[in-house]
Amino acid sequence: MPQQPSPDRRSLASLTLAAPQGRSISDDRNNVALNDLRGGSCFAGVSLDHFRGRSILLATAAQLPTVLAAIELDGVARRILLCTPDLAPHLSDVVAGAEVDVVVSDQPDPHLASLGRLLINVYSSVVSKGLPEIVRDVETEWVLFTSGTTGRPKMVAHSLTSLSGPLDDGVAVASGAVWSTFYDIRRYGGLQILLRALIGGGSMVLSNPLETVSDFLARLAAVGITHISGTPSHWRRALMSPLAGAITPAYVRLSGEVADQAILDRLHSRYPAASIAHAFASTEAGVGFDVRDGLAGFPASFLPHPNNNPAIEMRIEENTLRIRSSRTAKGYLGGELPASGGFIDTADIVMQHGDRYYFMGRKEGVINVGGQKVYPEEVEAVINRHPDVQIARVWPRKNPITGAVVAADLVLRLQPADSFEVIRADLLKTCRQTMAPYKVPATWRQVDKIEMTVSGKVQRA
Amino acid sequence: MTVRSAVYDQVKTIAEEQKKSLPPLTDELRLLESGLDSLCIAVLIANLDDELKISPFDADDVEIPVTLGDLVRIYEHAATTVA
Repeated sequence: MPQQPSPDRRSLASLTLAAPQGRSISDDRNNVALNDLRGGSCFAGVSLDHFRGRSILLATAAQLPTVLAAIELDGVARRILLCTPDLAPHLSDVVAGAEVDVVVSDQPDPHLASLGRLLINVYSSVVSKGLPEIVRDVETEWVLFTSGTTGRPKMVAHSLTSLSGPLDDGVAVASGAVWSTFYDIRRYGGLQILLRALIGGGSMVLSNPLETVSDFLARLAAVGITHISGTPSHWRRALMSPLAGAITPAYVRLSGEVADQAILDRLHSRYPAASIAHAFASTEAGVGFDVRDGLAGFPASFLPHPNNNPAIEMRIEENTLRIRSSRTAKGYLGGELPASGGFIDTADIVMQHGDRYYFMGRKEGVINVGGQKVYPEEVEAVINRHPDVQIARVWPRKNPITGAVVAADLVLRLQPADSFEVIRADLLKTCRQTMAPYKVPATWRQVDKIEMTVSGKVQRA
Repeated sequence: MTVRSAVYDQVKTIAEEQKKSLPPLTDELRLLESGLDSLCIAVLIANLDDELKISPFDADDVEIPVTLGDLVRIYEHAATTVA
């Protein structure tokens, strides 16, 4: 006789499937009705008892099978690891470090088979039906990987509660909302959106990195997307697509990188009816706050409690933002978070101008020009305001006198009003008027594109 | 255009852009007494690398130029090596 689910622990399945009618999760190939997940499974002929109390590596190529597996396994597995395809070179270390018992994949992969763990296939659809309800009472640990630029990625441990804990971001989540994100949902920024959709009663549309931006936008337009998120780099790229105007979202969210005034203004003019918010979040610290006034940075009144939310406390030490909240990760697997007194150092530099704080960039990204510090993002924010500039990347150019000088790569808008030489002269003038001489780029290059990392951020060397 | 005239022209351009006044330019002029600060000299070198399409300072054994003549010789030497 099946046991009754514990009333104390609300699993992702119970939260998601409370009202499944008319809701779905889709990608570019499949569409899964949430209703079919009740009593259904995306594992073919495999009892969930294979996963009970065990550590499960979700290593699928597509996002959809990982979403379906996570819904089934939360409350059953001891630990699930949400693994993106770029982590392939690190999987042996991951399997050892996270004591993985079972690897879940969606395609034959000799590399996964060679890891020496039980390998179970998962599908992008419900393949078993009419199954009895099962107990989901385990406090499953959710492990995400940080998108570190160098070295081995870190494994960050969360719980469903820390990932989906109460949010005060002023978003009215009507049931029937259709959510999407340019992010991979296996990254923190994307997972936030997925959980909002699943727990908040909406539908979810997943991206696919192999799809063009225009094809993705067309798919979003076809389903009538209402809530959508991405990094500022994702959005700058989307706005270059002729199909950017095909969607009419009610809510547009930016996170993961500094949202400068130029991208906020461009999104507002493209989507005048949308509520546009930029969020501060990190895999380790969790969601800190949302800024909804359409302006870059955040009000000084956000310290210590953003939006007067007592659950989150922030302070600034050594110019970096520190956050303590119930949404903070439990820790790294095999290591402590860089916290003091429960405050996580986000390594994001903030500076106060008037009654507002502005993000200047990452602590590790600083360019040293003869001992003077330049944050690439602050220079990019000035350059990005130029009407002919689509996106800029500022980087350190090696120099024998000052160690480095500031260099800027520019992607111009389609059919710019002026030649590159005129635009460069304009930008030089603006930069010289608004910033210290050592911050003004010495080198300007026009490039066809600026590479994005797999996590949707400007690629920095 | 010779390497020498490229270096001299670039010094004048930088001084104009950065609104610095220059003494008469000679090979003996010490760079730090030229009115250009170290940031200007850094930008000067970045621009010369681009214009002459050589980067002599990428090599580890290149000495830091003291006079304008040193700078000219460093670029002339690199240009000959490349050619």
